[in-house]
Order: sequence, then C-alpha cells, then structure tokens
Amino acid sequence: MQTDDDTLALAAARGETSAFEVLIERQYDRLFRLCFRLTGSQADAEDLTQDICAALPGKLRSYRAEASFTTWLYRLCVNAAHDRRRRAATHARAASGWGEWELNRRAEIDDSAQAIDWLTTAMRSLPDDLRDTLALTLDDMTHAQAGEILGISEGTISWRISEAKKHLSSLRQEDRP
Amino acid sequence: MTDALDTLKAAMNAATPQPNAARRAENIALAQKNYDHIQGTLDGTRPTSDRPRPGPLSGVRNMLRSISSRAGLTVTTAIVAVGIVILTPLGDNLMPKRAGDVPFVAPTTQQEPLAVTEPKVAVPQPIPAPMVEMAAESGAVAPAASRAQMSAPGTSQLHSDMPLLTPETNTEAFANADANPVQTTAETPVSTFSIDVDTASYAVIRNSLTTGQLPPKDAVRVEEMINYFPYDYAAPTDGAAFLPTVSLSQTPWNPDTRLLHIAIQGTAVEVENRPPLNLVFLIDTSGSMQDASKLPLLKQSFRLMLGQLRPEDQIAIVAYAGSAGEVLAPTSASERSTILAALDNLSAGGSTAGQAGLQQAYATAAAMSTEGEISRVLLATDGDFNVGINNDDDLKAYIADKRDSGTYLSVLGFGRGNLHDATMQALAQNGNGQASYIDTLSEAQKVLVDQLSGALFPIADDVKIQVEFNPATVAEYRLIGYETRALRREDFNNDKVDAGDIGAGHQVTALYEITPTGSPATLNDPLRYGTAAPTTNDSDELAFLRLRYKAPGTDTSQLIEQPITASMSADPSFASAIAGFGQLLRDDRYLGNWSFDDAIALATQTKGADPYGYRAEAIQLMRLAQSLSQN
Repeated sequence: MQTDDDTLALAAARGETSAFEVLIERQYDRLFRLCFRLTGSQADAEDLTQDICAALPGKLRSYRAEASFTTWLYRLCVNAAHDRRRRAATHARAASGWGEWELNRRAEIDDSAQAIDWLTTAMRSLPDDLRDTLALTLDDMTHAQAGEILGISEGTISWRISEAKKHLSSLRQEDRP
Repeated sequence: MTDALDTLKAAMNAATPQPNAARRAENIALAQKNYDHIQGTLDGTRPTSDRPRPGPLSGVRNMLRSISSRAGLTVTTAIVAVGIVILTPLGDNLMPKRAGDVPFVAPTTQQEPLAVTEPKVAVPQPIPAPMVEMAAESGAVAPAASRAQMSAPGTSQLHSDMPLLTPETNTEAFANADANPVQTTAETPVSTFSIDVDTASYAVIRNSLTTGQLPPKDAVRVEEMINYFPYDYAAPTDGAAFLPTVSLSQTPWNPDTRLLHIAIQGTAVEVENRPPLNLVFLIDTSGSMQDASKLPLLKQSFRLMLGQLRPEDQIAIVAYAGSAGEVLAPTSASERSTILAALDNLSAGGSTAGQAGLQQAYATAAAMSTEGEISRVLLATDGDFNVGINNDDDLKAYIADKRDSGTYLSVLGFGRGNLHDATMQALAQNGNGQASYIDTLSEAQKVLVDQLSGALFPIADDVKIQVEFNPATVAEYRLIGYETRALRREDFNNDKVDAGDIGAGHQVTALYEITPTGSPATLNDPLRYGTAAPTTNDSDELAFLRLRYKAPGTDTSQLIEQPITASMSADPSFASAIAGFGQLLRDDRYLGNWSFDDAIALATQTKGADPYGYRAEAIQLMRLAQSLSQN
C-alpha cells in the first residue's frame, strides 16, 4: 500500500521535507518520459527535467489539490516545455530536438537514403500544439485529462487528435505511395 | 486511422529511453536542495512579519517573499538570500529568536528530524513533582532521564560542528523516555504510574504514516495509542466515578507470558446534568499557523464543537501572536453567529507570545468562573512557543499554580513541521488537561464532538495506579507504555503529587506483560548472592491493584483496592493488537518474531463492533506501516 501522490504533494507543500523526497523519487521517471515525448531527444529531455526539478519546489507551494497531482505536474511540464521552445526560438538557428526538423526537412526528404525512423518523422511533422496533445494522450491520459492539463476543452483535444491522425495518414501515403 | 496512432504509440514507447542515472540523481538532488532552501528561507522570514513596517528590512523581506512565486529565480536567489540571512548582521535579525536566545539554531537534517532539536525546547523536563522523573526504587519505572534530556549536551556539540549554511528544516520535538524494561518481581515488586488519557501520539503517528513515512520512534507513546480507541468496558454503577476492570489474556507475541489488562471506565455525564462550562479558546495566530492544516482546520473544528455546547455555557476567545488580545469577550454559547464571526476574523501573522496569551486566558477564565462551574482553557497551537518564554520552568510553575486555582488546561496540537509535542505534553500534564493532536476534521469530530464530555468534564483528578506483584506467582513483569507517566513508589500516597485526570466517559487501559514463575520466558536468572528472601507466602494471587483518585476540586484522595487472580482470564483484545503495533513502531525487542502481519491478523480478528471506524483505520495504518517498513 502506498500513500497517494496528492496527499504527499499537499504534505510537501506544507513543508514536510520527507514527503517531498518520496514524491520526487516516485515521479521522476514518469516526468522524464513525458519530457522525452515533448522534446524528442534524450539530451533535451534531461535538460527539461532539470528545469522542472529546479522550479518544482517553488511551484509546489501553491499546490492546493484542485487538480490531481499528476495533472498539475504535467501542466507544469508542458508549460516548461513551451518556455524552452520559446527560448530556443529566439536562438533561431540553434533550435534543437523535434523543433529543428522544420529547418532540415527538405534536405532530409531529398536525402532518402538516410533513414529517419517513422516516429521521428511523424512527430516532427506535427505543429507544436498537436504534438503536445499527442505526447499526453500517448502517455495514457484521457482526452479529458489532457484538456485539463493544456487548459483547453475536451472537444478541442479530440479535434486535435483527429487533426494529428489526418497528418499521420497523409504522411503514410507519402511514405508508401 | 486508429492504427496510425497505435503504431505511433508503440514506436514512442520503444523509443523512450531510460533516464540517465547520473542526471537523475543530480536533478533530484537539485530539487531537494531548492526545496530545502525555500523551506529554510521561509522559516527564517516568519518571525519578522511582526516588525513595524515599512522598515529597513522590507526590501529584503519582499525579495524573500517573491522567491516563492518566482520559481525561475529560485536556484540563485535562494542561495543568495540564505547567505544574507546567515552571514550578515542584517540577516541576524531575520533569523528566528527562540527560547533561551540560542544564537543561531543550527539546522536539523530531515532524515533525523528528532535527534537534533533546540536544547531548550526539546527538554520536556523538569515537570514539577516526579511526574516524569523516573525513580529507580519504584521498580516498574524506566531509567531516570528522558532521552531528550540525555541528548541535550551532545546536541549543542553537534550544532557547533554543523555548517551554518544549511537551513533549518524541522523543529519538531517529541516527549518520550526509554521503553520500560522487564522488572524482576523479587527485586522490585511494586509498579506505580499516573493514568494518561492523551491520544495525541496516535494522531501524530497516523499523520506520519499517511504521508508515507514511518513515525519518529519518540513520537510513539504506546499508552496513547491504546487509549485512542473506545472499548466495551463495564460502566460504573451506584454513583462511583469510575470502575476498574482487570483481566488476563494470552500475550500475542509470547506463548509463555500473560498480558495483564487493567481497564478503567469513567462514568458518563448526562448532557442535561453537566455543570455549566466556561471555555476560553486560546488560539495561536502566529505566522506559522497559516497553513491549511492549522488555523483553517482549527476554525472548522471549533465550529463543530460549538454545536455541542448549551446556552448556559460561556465562551471567550483570546488570540495570541505578537501580542495577546481578547478577541471575544465572554459570550453565551447560544450566540452562535457572534462567536463564529469572531472565529472567522482570526488570521495568522506574527510571532508567538505564548506566555502573554496564557496569562490573559487564565485571567479571562478566572473572571468568568462562578461557584459550581467548570473553567477550562483550550489552547490551540502548533506548539511553536518562541517568544515570551524566558524560562520554561517559570511557565510550568505558572501553569501548575493556575491548576491549583481550579482552571483546567487542554492542549490541541495542529499541523506538522514545528510541532513541539514535548512542550504541549508538558503544558497539558501540568495544567490538569489532556493533549490531543488534530490532523483532520474527522479527528476534530472525535475529540471535540464525540468525546467532548470527556474532554471538558473531569470526574476524577490525580488518578494513580499502583500494582504490587506477588513474587510467588509472577517472576517478571513489564509495563507497556506509560514511560512518561511513571511515579515514585512513595508518591502514590502523597496527595501533593500531581497525576493524570479522567474526564466523563473516558477509558484508560494499561497493559502489563507478566511472566509466571517457572515460565521458560523468564529473562533474568535468579541472583546467586541474592538478598531476596525466598518467597514464603502461599497466596495464589498474581498481584494487588491499588488506585487513588480525588473527586474534582478536593484535596484528599480516595483508595480503591482489588486483588488480581489468575482466574480473571479473557480472550486477547484489540488493545493487545494495538500494544503490539505500538511496540513494533517504537522498540520491538520484546516481541520476538511477531510482525506487522500478526498485528494485522490479531486486530482484524478482535476488531468487533467499530461504529466510528477507528479500528478499521488502525488496521489500515498497520498495513501502511508494514509496507513502509519493508522499504
């Protein structure tokens, strides 16, 4: 039996160091997994996780269990990913991860001998908002949960998913004419 | 269409790497460090909120405050801020000034939150009279000093060796003494202790377990865990204040010993017949009380309690923070809206002037009291008495003096983090009251609604128990719990010595593990050069129980005596399961291979009627403790 995350998070928000310790240990791997889905490279994921770890203690003080801790943490994670992307965009050419794909896209299409796996291609071809949505739903979040995390309605999520599906299937047709 | 997503998902799962172990450790350490910094910084700022403003410190204060919401700045700013706090004269003013002017209280680490505490507050001694001074000659009693006291000198040594930059993270202090040892009947046949109706320890343990931690060993007081639960004891008849019930059962954890079960059931007072009450709520509104688990919970708790009072009852509220002040003049309990409005207006801020608050509360209680009424101060605090007490002994002497004037003092603890359980225990024990710890609204319901009569209406004062064992039938015995309640043998008959009080409907249970003579479980060999005369009596009694108590408001005690024979046997009870559970959490040296599994099995089997669900909750806690102890 384990104490649930919401209780732990509330205790940590109240200042119980031991609760925070258990919490971060328990959440780290899940957090990293989502970071990877949002960024698309291990190095970026490690960095993003680090950003979140640094900020989490400060943010946690305002955690009031209005949402479940997982939802709250994912929202924090998606926002941190946005911040990173925005920073990366100001270093225009230095974009990394999935983001740099747009820059290299043409070159890579031409260079068909260099096999980029289907996953990378698929994820990189999606606009940011669709990719975030997919990253969450692929992490076994329901549409409602993903909507709560991204602060949009469940309907919008469903719409985005269908948009993403269209993207993916058109991509497939390009791949396998 | 869907298969595109499924393929993507499968590919994504396959592609997701494991986090780099080194980075993982680094990142987690970073999070920990920031967390500690934030906690430490906030602790440091708390007492300053009482200062006149705007002052020269407000800039620093604002900066510190903004840290919590500006997470991006946290890493660097927090380090700088802690540096300012600690390394500059300006920062010196920011650090908490606690009792005894310890210049800078060095940081406790969170793995060992209890071992290192401020010496001044950690020491629950001396409580007047021998309440906690264990006396060697009384036999049943634990070694002399409490653990907290013994560790005090070493503690200050530790302080000076620790790096100054570590922020203070936890200032909890618990009152406890070493577990009672096994006594040989031939050498020390008499065991004396004061009853204890507190239940705070159980609530603290529950709070720890539900937040995923095993409780600190010193927070475990087995008797308070046992006394938390209602039992089905025979009620007193013909107007007696209480009725003792004695039974013997098989010890769950040792087939060769027996468990002697001494139960006291206090008489219940009809609501209509109880005397009018004068209640003074003394509410800590210092800055540390602003957590959701503190002041807001306290307001809700008192709101619940208000429904249980009658129009004859009077209520006053005194709040104390930087200074003490009467928030509500004595008001009839029927004026609900006035009282609720006064409660709602309380807000947390400032440091804690505990002593001024107590003085004002006692003065208010004295002014309200008339003949035949019961006056009680209900102190609600997180135990952080950090301003106004220059001398703990003075404070205790003051409370003991007020106790003699007939005003009772009960202590309600809230929140964790700086819970000074030791101070709270000392206050309640000296003030003829009980200490409870309220962590949830359902605990408030139990303490302030379901068991309100017991909490507010004393039926017997200074209840002491003395058990004399018969060396012819009992080789050894061990009192389970009551370490902080041991009395000297001679103090049993001394009416000047304070002891615990029983409220209406209260139940008190004490358990002895006894080893019959000739049992293979005997731990001590007979002395080769022993002075103990061979026992010549041929009584088959196991022991003789003596009980002393005073009717409330009187100075002379009355004596109840009863022999204990082997014929009083009964089945193992839920209390024995809880006693075992408490020892597993505290010190399991006498339990052999008995484990949480056995505790759960026994508790489940003996659960019986459980109308309030307390017992089911206890079994749940045992399961939690079981999984936590395996980590």
